[in-house]
Amino acid sequence: MSAEVVIVVDGAPVIARAGTSVAVALTETGRLAWRTTRFGGAPRGLFCGIGVCYDCLVEIDGAPAQRACIVPVADGMKVNTRAGHE
Amino acid sequence: MPATSELRVEVTVVGGGPAGLSSALTAAHAGLRVALVDAGSRLGGQFWRHPDPQSLAPGQAESDGQHSWRVFERMRAQLRGFIATGRVLHLAGHTAWSIERGESASVVRLTRSWDAVQLIAGSVRSEHVILCPGGYDRQLPVPGWTVPGVMAAGGVQALVKNGGRLDGRRAVVTGTGPFLLPVAAALTRAGATVVAVCEANPPSAWLTGTGSVLRMPSKIAEALEFGLVLGRHRIPYRTRTAVTRIHGTDHVEGVTLSRVRADGGIVPSAGARSHLEVDLVALGWGFTPDLGLAVAAGAEVRRDVDGSLVAVVDDDYRSSVAGLSIAGEATGVGGAMMAVHEGELAASAVASETGVGVGPARAARLRRAIARERAFARAMHGASALPAGWTAWLDPDTVVCRCEEVSAGDIRNACGDLGADDARTVKALTRAGMGWCQGRVCGFATCEVTASCAARSSTADDLRAMSKRVLASPVRLGDLAASDDTQGPR
Ligand SMILES: Cc1cc2nc3c(=O)[nH]c(=O)nc-3n(C[C@H](O)[C@H](O)[C@H](O)COP(=O)(O)OP(=O)(O)OC[C@H]3O[C@@H](n4cnc5c(N)ncnc54)[C@H](O)[C@@H]3O)c2cc1C
Ligand code: FES
Repeated sequence: MSAEVVIVVDGAPVIARAGTSVAVALTETGRLAWRTTRFGGAPRGLFCGIGVCYDCLVEIDGAPAQRACIVPVADGMKVNTRAGHE
Repeated sequence: MPATSELRVEVTVVGGGPAGLSSALTAAHAGLRVALVDAGSRLGGQFWRHPDPQSLAPGQAESDGQHSWRVFERMRAQLRGFIATGRVLHLAGHTAWSIERGESASVVRLTRSWDAVQLIAGSVRSEHVILCPGGYDRQLPVPGWTVPGVMAAGGVQALVKNGGRLDGRRAVVTGTGPFLLPVAAALTRAGATVVAVCEANPPSAWLTGTGSVLRMPSKIAEALEFGLVLGRHRIPYRTRTAVTRIHGTDHVEGVTLSRVRADGGIVPSAGARSHLEVDLVALGWGFTPDLGLAVAAGAEVRRDVDGSLVAVVDDDYRSSVAGLSIAGEATGVGGAMMAVHEGELAASAVASETGVGVGPARAARLRRAIARERAFARAMHGASALPAGWTAWLDPDTVVCRCEEVSAGDIRNACGDLGADDARTVKALTRAGMGWCQGRVCGFATCEVTASCAARSSTADDLRAMSKRVLASPVRLGDLAASDDTQGPR
């Protein structure tokens, strides 16, 4: 129970509980916002929590625009919050 | 599932929530071969969203914080039996992004809900499709609602049900309706301190629906349970009160509360009580169905008593499109048990075309239960009205469409200077509702702001314009081009 995995967020290792989402892992590091908007450069993070609003986009293992709130964490997963939301 | 394969089954059910689960199960019991397509990784939908067993902390159970969990466990166990024998194909993590109806069959096209490599994931061809897509939080923009730390109320619930912890956070829950209570309870369970629950309506709003409420003792028990949680944690429950402004730039620092008058107008109050220091805001103004696929398929829609767009269905949950049934939240927001009952009736009607449905006695019982649940839902909607004139809270620079960053001022300019008087035109002129989420978040509000400029109420046509999406879910163009799934339905 409560197995752990290590994901890499912007180059730094983060321990996450297996089976949770990338958003849960990011939230538990104290992060509220992890991207900025295209026009206003405003910070955004989790809003709808269920994959509807696309506010929580991150790059995962090179794939742009993944919704952190619905993607399950996996050991060794590389999350890049500074790219891939355009 | 290989990238461009096409599955053939008798019934495709879209959605693995309460309605979709019971639809798939009923169809499988009747002997039909079913594909159950669900965007989520685990069955349960929104109501029975639960943590992955691997993520459970010692002493924590899969069922923590759940209601009617035994109903879910029973359905899940039976469904797993059908999945094991191959009668039900559970396509978890797959999103239906288009539906095309031919003379005797429909093709539902799928994309992986998340994937690093390729998103297009084939299609399912079947005679019948039952759409059970549920819905999402209905949102009203509030000045400051884009500041990180503001979340949809259901989103907070989902985060906690996914196993998220919120230790040390100070939260306020605001909006309308009984759903604010479980959200406050969930926040508390996840370690946050709830400073207040603000309900915009007066408690007396429930009086007109007393009869239908008394016929649903389970709902009264639930309300009492949440009331006890509030009492135990000394969480103030403020009626006729709303959060009308959220402060902060890169994180929430506090909120302004306002008193909501009997006529729905807002009295910004002065003094210490009108400001709360919080770092988390949960906004819940009810739910609204996801009608993207239903509208794309050409199904008839209408405005429900709560103002949301819902699908029109007959007594057997058939939509106006042949071969397409719709059940659950998409036919009107009314709770998980009603969705379960509707799903069973919908699948039963489909099954009786080729074999046997649930039988007349069972069907009559289901219809009686739904009538009670529907009456309760009506009372709930009556007691949970949106504050009249809420659009007056907005500053000109308050963002309405979060994706395209379209402000209330932009919409008002489109209406005033450019002469737009309906949501479709506003969408075209401002790009509101054209971003990533395709109007799911701002659709309702954009219609309301547009209508308020013309001093009228928003209409089903306004809402339909905002629900009409080219694709029900974004798909990469390269994937689309690489897909050789070019056959249409027959
Ligand atoms: C975020 C959220 C939290 C909620 N929490 C509660 C709660 O705690 N208590 C409560 O009483 N009510 C809650 N509700 C209301 C509750 O969800 C409904 O009453 C009930 O779940 C409706 O059941 P349903 O089967 O119609 O839809 P849902 O439970 O919403 O299930 C729909 C399912 O369909 C899937 N889906 C949608 N579109 C597609 C597609 N195109 N392709 C594939 N799959 C798709 C979704 O991922 C979901 O799994 C919540 C609603 C939301 C939006
Ligand atoms: S928070 Fe809305 S899509 Fe992830």
